[in-house]
Parts: sequence; structure tokens; C-alpha cells
Amino acid sequence: MHHLIIGAGPAGVRAAEALRAYDPQAKITLIDGEGEAPYSRMAIPYFLSGKIGEQGTWLHRPLEFYAENGIDLVRGRAAKVDAGTKTVTLEDGQSLSYDKLLLASGARAVNPPVEGLEGDLVHHCWTIDDARAIEKLAGKGARVTLMGAGFIGSIILEALVMRGADLTVVEIEDRMVPRMLDETAGNMLKAWCEKKGVKVLTSTRIGGVYEGGGELNIALSNGETLKADLLVVAAGVTPNIECMDGTGVEKRTGVVVNARMETSLPDVWAAGDCAEGCDFSTGDLSTLAIQPVAVEQAVIAAKNMAGIEAEYHCALPMNVLETLGLVTTSFGKHDGLEEGARATLLDADEWRYIRLEFNDGKLIGAQTVGHVSMAGCLRGLIQGRMPLGPWEDVLKTQPHRVAEAYVDLSRGVS
Amino acid sequence: MAWARKILRVNLTEGTCKSEPLNMEWAMQYLGQRGLATKYFVEEVDPKVDPLSPENKLIMTTGPLTGTNASTAARYSVVTKGPLTNCIACSNSGGYFGAELKNAGWDMIIFEGRADKPVYLVINDDEAELHDASELWGKSVWHADDWIKEKHQEPMFQIAAIGVPGEAGVLFSAVVNNKHRAAGRSGVGTVMGSKNLKAVAVRGTRGIKVHDQEAFDKAVAGAKAVIAGNAVTHEALPAYGTQVLMNIINELGALPTRNARDVQFEGANDISGEAMHEPRRSDGKPNLARNAGCFGCTIACGRISQIDPAHFSVKDKPQYHHASGGVEYENAWALGADTGVNDLEALTYCNYRCNEHAIDPITTGATIASAMELYKIGALTDAETGGVKMEFGSAEALVAAVDAICEGTDFGKLLGLGSKRLCEKFGHPDLSMSVKGQEFPAYDPRGIQGMGLTYATSNRGACHLRSYTVASEVLGIPEKTDPLVTDGKAGLVKIFQDLTAFVDSSGLCIFTTFAWSAEDIAPQIDAACEGDWSVENLMTVGERIWNLERKFNMDAGMTAEDDTLPKRILKEAAKTGPAKGLVNGLDKMLPEYYELRGWTPDGKPTEETLSRLGIS
Amino acid sequence: MDKALVIDVGKCTGCRQCELACSYEHTGTFNPARSRITVFDFHEKARFVPYTCTQCDQAWCQQVCPVGAISNENGVKVVDAATCVGCKVCTIACPFGTVNYEPASGKVIKCDLCGGDPACARACPTEAIVFADVAVQGFEKMRAWAEKTDTAPQASA
Repeated sequence: MHHLIIGAGPAGVRAAEALRAYDPQAKITLIDGEGEAPYSRMAIPYFLSGKIGEQGTWLHRPLEFYAENGIDLVRGRAAKVDAGTKTVTLEDGQSLSYDKLLLASGARAVNPPVEGLEGDLVHHCWTIDDARAIEKLAGKGARVTLMGAGFIGSIILEALVMRGADLTVVEIEDRMVPRMLDETAGNMLKAWCEKKGVKVLTSTRIGGVYEGGGELNIALSNGETLKADLLVVAAGVTPNIECMDGTGVEKRTGVVVNARMETSLPDVWAAGDCAEGCDFSTGDLSTLAIQPVAVEQAVIAAKNMAGIEAEYHCALPMNVLETLGLVTTSFGKHDGLEEGARATLLDADEWRYIRLEFNDGKLIGAQTVGHVSMAGCLRGLIQGRMPLGPWEDVLKTQPHRVAEAYVDLSRGVS
Repeated sequence: MAWARKILRVNLTEGTCKSEPLNMEWAMQYLGQRGLATKYFVEEVDPKVDPLSPENKLIMTTGPLTGTNASTAARYSVVTKGPLTNCIACSNSGGYFGAELKNAGWDMIIFEGRADKPVYLVINDDEAELHDASELWGKSVWHADDWIKEKHQEPMFQIAAIGVPGEAGVLFSAVVNNKHRAAGRSGVGTVMGSKNLKAVAVRGTRGIKVHDQEAFDKAVAGAKAVIAGNAVTHEALPAYGTQVLMNIINELGALPTRNARDVQFEGANDISGEAMHEPRRSDGKPNLARNAGCFGCTIACGRISQIDPAHFSVKDKPQYHHASGGVEYENAWALGADTGVNDLEALTYCNYRCNEHAIDPITTGATIASAMELYKIGALTDAETGGVKMEFGSAEALVAAVDAICEGTDFGKLLGLGSKRLCEKFGHPDLSMSVKGQEFPAYDPRGIQGMGLTYATSNRGACHLRSYTVASEVLGIPEKTDPLVTDGKAGLVKIFQDLTAFVDSSGLCIFTTFAWSAEDIAPQIDAACEGDWSVENLMTVGERIWNLERKFNMDAGMTAEDDTLPKRILKEAAKTGPAKGLVNGLDKMLPEYYELRGWTPDGKPTEETLSRLGIS
Repeated sequence: MDKALVIDVGKCTGCRQCELACSYEHTGTFNPARSRITVFDFHEKARFVPYTCTQCDQAWCQQVCPVGAISNENGVKVVDAATCVGCKVCTIACPFGTVNYEPASGKVIKCDLCGGDPACARACPTEAIVFADVAVQGFEKMRAWAEKTDTAPQASA
């Protein structure tokens, strides 16, 4: 039995580990397309801020882990999958056959249609290679513009500030992290960043970027022009699924998977940012591109590949972000349902906010600002679809008691 | 080490919160909590100060062991000049507040002045800030607790607060933390209210270290084993709480009943610790839901009760149907035996109300008892009670009277004066069972002679927690003495007073002394703190504290004439029980006590005594 | 893992000696705010509930960690503080809320069973927390609950 995994990010690596555990005799091959030690993008901000070295981003230290666990690490990019002959051809022409294939090829950062994003002073912050380039350009006092204050943008924001950069953030939407936080929370985060000396321009678009004299002139939709030594583009990602072209696999934005992470092709599974599976909050298909979902999907896929039936409850959108000391979280249907109910608690002076969304006697979504304690309970309540019983009324007036509610409900005190 | 070495000074007039270093020289002399806060208070406040004026100060204080893993190291005290007694007031509470304050990095908070509008204090470790409490004014402790946690989205806050009576000047208002733990006596909550301070909320995450951790581990482990091996602390108190005493004291003929007209209560068993375990006829559930410990407590004498939802007191009040603090012995006595009420559910309701609105249940019950006697002799009439038939034994009257105090009705305001002022107002001062303005608790000095001297000489007015000779006279701890004689009681009282004073200054609970001797306690303090904390030195610290409190009271205008007992205890003999025919022999004990204390025959500490103790 | 923390909430008096012991074991100070076990006080229900990690098999905290800071040592999920970067992804991934970010250290903390001799169980004066065979009843109840909230129900394994 040969399990072949395309992609050595968290999904690929965790799947390889799980396969090794569930299918001890199988041959496992992991294709790494970046030519790096398998690492985690989530760790890049900490590399950039100097908290860890490059090795700190690795998913396993030492690298001998892979050999010791019988996982062949193959360098190269998958160019083409042939599901008929069950082979994968790499860009360098190498061909690998498989019995079972996991597509964990992730996603890549993309540019919006803005003129001038090709120069040497413009970088994404997606790969470790991007980070190395940013490290060189974003020194102390460097003028840095960050395009996009979504989750990725916001997670590297702190690193840029800690490097001593003079930072301006430009976001098209009316607040920070618009897909994760509501207007109140997104604007609290904006105010917090501004308090910490970061210029944040929301509802602002970058019209064009012009390099001259070793610096960038960034034209904004408000008529201003920003001068910068570096522009970091964090304006979205797209799944790496080109290698599936011609296979006839069912795809939308990503490759469509069912609850067992199976694609429409026999013996082909997909997990992580390249996969489009069921979204817990909507019941529709979506690509969430978040680390918890990637590794959970990977483990589910691995189990099924090893012949152990397992189904994924669907991907729950969730994020946690620490921005210059302010922690924000978002879970599930954080903006709620029209037919549902809502509880909010705001203490703007103390930078604290909780919003809970209810439907049918259950919690369906949540977001918090300024809370660190027992955040996971929100996931437990939402994903466990726990009937809140008498706690529903309590949480509607006292949403800050959510951990207490969870412990009570889960430990059967009620 | 052990001490946080930092105090928070909150000037309510100015609205400022400032940090200052703890005076370690004083800490070496007074240890912490009761002793050290009294030293600060005496140094900073004019003894003649009007307790309810801005010039009075209020100190919330922890001990060096507070917040450590020593058993019972939960305690904090509130020190001020009490409006009920015009003496130094020092009330001690458990729960989780004290440990949290210590963990936030503060040995004590000194409140001074008066805020121009209601405020509450929020402490998050180093940060302390006053907030507007106008939305909380006029609300209960329970409401304030929930409201502050909600407002700041911080369920981990530990909160101490006052209720409506504390705002309104009821003279026996308490400070209640964790909704049911009270710094109960002498009107410390009234002082807090007079300062327009509604509540203090604390979150502490800094951690506590001790001086010699290895020695501390050893001392603490040994002392915990002693508690676990003692029948009182390991069996009786967890099972029955202090309520284990109800039947014992009643049989001894020392249970003051119907305003101490009797010394035995025919309904004692109905309101006893044993009764709290009995399934109720109505719903088959016992009154007691479970026992509970304060922070770090390996005894867990606390009572958590749940009232019978069908009981008349809560029938249409679902807000009281949940579990909360149940009756302790003193409360059950004051609200029950002393009023002649044998309805455990009514007592539990009244206890809830005392916690909800932060009033001292001992003075509450005893004042209601005195009002019942005034009513019986016709001195108090329906006109003043608002129609409440204040008859001994009436649970309805008890409930109505407690409600009246909490709600601040005209009758409630009268009761809010406490028994001394109430009985004086209605022309029968002798019907107040109080000393220095504070009502004595649940031990009749005719049946337990040593408690007469305890009450008469207590620096905060009548109180059992200043020298609990019951331990010796009833329980035989550390050795049995005869409760019906006065011989040897002066010395016993002095030793208990000094011991209690240092225990109250350490952060530990006095209930440990059912199991622990000073020899068990000293090594824990000695390991935790720099300096010499031998038994001998600690007893001297206790004596120093006692004399400092005494000196403050004398400077405040107290005289030896105030070291007395209600006429009834001195003149009316016990009618039944082992003490039948006896009055309290205070006159035989008091001169000897003064002499042992090194005081003049008129009760003043001599210069020699003060200088020996290093009190200037 | 043949032994686990078995918690009997009926015996808990809310004294928090477990929190004291845990924080002392892990930080060298008495500091319940940094304890890996938390006692919930359901005052109005007359219940105290000590709450900590059950070392669940799913180990989402470990799976999700981007830097491999959480290891599985004979079933016990242990955070290596030196490796943890404080990204908090595990704190939202754990559906029990028992992995928590600790601002004081900038790392996440969770129960590690003290390397096989849990300080909380040793400190508990009422045997509300005991370190016992997993077969003991009570633990199974907790496990059953953990399975109920599992994000990935499994037919086998």
C-alpha cells in the first residue's frame, strides 16, 4: 500500500503522521513543493518578530523525524495527477505512482487587480521565502504598508510593528478582519492598533503602486499617496489545484470533498486549504483555509485512507488573533442568523467585547475581544450542538459566563 | 515573601489610588491582617473620630499566610472604628476575596475620605481604579456581584460589597464577599457605606512566594495532617458545621433564649446541625445541600443550604429558591433561639437576606429579640412595628423584621439602630443584650462563665471570637475547665485573647485552633515570613495587638465601666439546666484579669506594660 | 495511559488546594490564576466542579499546533514551553477549553499530570480528585462526554 501525499504543510504532515499510526506497514510519501523543511505558516509571524528562528517554524524537529517514521520526503511540485493510471507527475518530470492519494497542496497568496504589484519591494507574507524577503526590507524605521487587514494581514501586523517598522494598514472594508469580526469588534481592533501607533485606513483601496528612486509611491482611493519601503500584500489566497486539471475531479474554488474527505475520484482524498468541504455554520461547501480545519480534515482523510471509517462534522470557522496584545476570537456563525437571537456585552473602555449568536436553543456563533480564558469552550458549545437549556436565558443577559455554562452542561451539574 | 510588601491607599475624596511600600518594621511587630492594620489605623486616625465621618478610615487587610496553601489561609479582615461600638472594629472573613487580593499583590487597602458619589474599586493586579457605582446604589450585594462581573466581563473577579442597609446607615451592616462570606460585626459595612464605597472587585494573578519554601512545605503538611486527624476539624465541622454546637450548648444550659430570658430553648433540636440533614416533610430534601470550604480550607465547615420552595418565606420569591449560604451556629441561635423561632427554613431565609444585604445576623437576630421583648412588655407597639406582631416564637414576625431592615422601612430603620439604641429609645436600656453597644452571641455567660469575661473585655464589643473559652469550658480544648466556675478564667481569657489576636493577624482561620495548638501554627508562620516567629514571640505579638486595641479604645473615651455585661446576665439567675441559679461572676474575674494584663485597677494599660510591648 | 484524574464533584468543597498545588508545581508560586485545574463554583447549585484536561485521544491541541510544541507522552499531552510561540490556535481547537493562554508567560498551559504524580490529587483533602485506574467509574463518564463532543465521531479506533 502506497499513500502519496501532495503538500507538506500542516495538513500533509499531520496526515502522514496519522497514516503511519493507523497503517504501520504502508509506504508513505510526502511531496514538498517549497523545497523547505515542512513548516507551518501560522508560525511565520513569530519568525518575523524574531521570537523564533526558521527552525521554530518547522512542524517537526529534528528533520530526521520523517525518515525515522518511514515517511519519504520528496522535493518537487506536483504538475499533474493522472487518476486513471494512479500517478502523479512532478514539475521536474519525476513520476510517482500511488494506491491512495491525498491532495494537501494548500493555497497560495494572490494579488488583487492593482497595478504595480510585481516589483521587488512588494511581497506577500505567505511562505517562509516571503518572510525572508520581508525580514530584509522591514527593518527598524522602514516605512511599510500592509495591503489587507484580514486574518493573514492582521496576524503579521504585530510582527511588522515589533520589527520596528513604521506601519500603515490599508483595508478595503469598513473595519479590520471583516470576515471574522463584526463592526464593533473590527473597529475596536482598529482603535487598538491606532492607539499602539499603527495607522489603519479602512474603507480605503490601493489604486496603484509605483516604484521610483528605491521607494514605492502607493496611490490610495482617498487621493493620498503613501511612500513606502515595502508593501506587503495580504489580499487573499486561492487553492493550489491546477495539478488536478484534466482529472475531471469535482471542484469549485477548491476540490470538493465529502465528510470522509473523499474527492469525486476513486482513491483520491483532499484536505486543508485546497479542499472544499462542508461548512459547519452554513451546511454549504466552503474553503476556510484555517489551520485547525486543515489538520482535522487531514486526520479524517488519513483514517479513511487507512481503512478506518471516520466522518468530519464539517469545518467550523474559527480564528484567534493576538494583535499587539489584544486577543480576538471568532467562532462559527459569528454574525448570526436572521431567525436567531443575539447577546452582546461591550466594555469599550476596557477593550472587552463578547457577542454570542443563538438559534434553536443552541449556540451557533461567537466572537470575543480581550478574552483569553477557556476560549475552546465556545467551540465545544457550538460544534457539540449542546442544548443550552436554562443557560440560554442566562447567557443572553450574561454572555461572559459562557465557560461556566459549558462546564455545567458538560459535567452534568444541571 | 509571604507579605506582598505593598499597600494600596485609596483616597475616596480625591478619587486617587496609590501604591506604597508596606512598613516592614511594623510588620515585624504586628505580623499582618488584624494586628498590622490596627497599627496603621491607630497611627493614622484620631481615636475620637466620628466613625461615619470622612475622617474615619477603613482598611481591608490580608495576613502573610493569606493565599498560600496553608490550611484555611483564606482570611482577610476589615479594620475601622465601628459605629455600633465606637471602638476599634475588626471583622474577619473567608471565601476567596482575601486570597485574590493578596494574589493581586496587595497586603492591604486603606480607604480614606468619602467619595462625592457612589463608587466601586476594581483591582487587576497592579492596576486599581475607582468606577461609578450609581447604578449599583440601592441594590443588593448579590446584584452588585453579578453586575460588576458582567460590566467588566470578568467572571473571575472576587467581590466584597455592601447592601442597601450599609448605604442607609444601619449600624450593623457587614461587608459580604463571595455573596455569603461576611466580615460581619460592628458595622464595618456601615463605615464603607458612609464613604460611598459600594464594592471592591479583585482579580489577582501575580502569585505568592514564602520565605523558606522547604520548611513551609513541611510545616504545612504536618499541620494539615493534624486537622485531618482531629475529630472536631475532620468529622464534626465538615458534617455539621459550627451548628454541631446547637444541641450541646442547649444541654449545657448556655443557649440564650428569647433575649436571654431563658438559657435553654425547647426548639433547639429543630434548628440544629442535625436537623439540617433531616429530609423535610414537604419535599423530602434536607435543608443542607452540601458543606463548603473557604480558600485553602481543609476543614470545610461552611453550610450551603437550599430553602424549601414551598415555605411561606419564599413562596412567591423564586429568587431565593437556589442554594446559598446556610445558617452557622451563631446565626441559627440569633435568628432562632434568641427570638424563640424554631423554623429552620425561616432562619435560612433570614440568613440569605442577611447575606444578600450584608447585615450582621448576630446583631440582627439579637436586636429583633430585644424588640420582641419590648413588644411583650408593651414598650414597642404595632404603631412602631408597622403592624408586625413581634411575638417571641413567631417566624412570620422574624421574617417581616429582617425584610424591614433590608428594605429600610420605618420599622426597619428602628431595628437598624441595634438593640442598645433601640432599647434606650424605648426606655428599657437593660433589655439590650450587648456590651459596648454590640450584642453578645450564642453562649450564655451564666452557663459558660469564661464567656462573661470574654464579652466584657472584648475590644470590639461583645464577641465570641476574641477569646473562645468555649473550646476549653465545653469541648476540653486544649484542656477541660468547668464552665460553671470563675476560677482560672481570667488567665484562660488572656491566653485565648492573645492567641486569637496573632492567629487573626496571620491569614489563618481561628477554627484551626480546634485542632492546632500554637506549636502547630508558629512553624508555618516562621517558615513563610522573615524574622522570628516562635510561639513565644507570637504570643507577645498577640498581647501587643490586644493592648494596642485597648489603648485606642481608652483614647476613644471608653472606660472600665464599659467592661461589663447586661444586667440580666449579672442579676437574673439561669432558670433551668446545669447553670440553674447562677448569674455570671464577672466581678470575680475582672480584677484578676486587669492584673494579669498589667493594667491598672481601672483597666488602663500601664506605661510599663505599653513600653514592654513597644507601644508608644 | 493507565491512570487518570478521576473527579468526583460530589466530594469537592471548593477549597482550591488543587489550584494551589498545581500552580506551585508548575510556577513555584501559589497562584490559582496559573493553575491548570480550575474549580468552578456553581454556588446556586451547591456544586463545585474541578475542571481540567482529560487527555483525550483526539488531542486536537497537539494536532493543530503549528510548531509541534505539544507532544504525546504515553497518552499525556504535554506542552513544551520552550517551543510554544503562544499563537493560541490550540486554545480554540480544544473543544473543552482546557488548553489556555497564560499572559504571564506568553505560552499556553495545560494539565501534564505532573509527570505521573499529579499535585492536585495529592493536595485534595476530600478525595474529590484522585489519580486512579481509568477503569474507575466517573472517569468513564467524563470520557463518554468527551466522545460526545468529539469533532470527529469514529466508527472504530
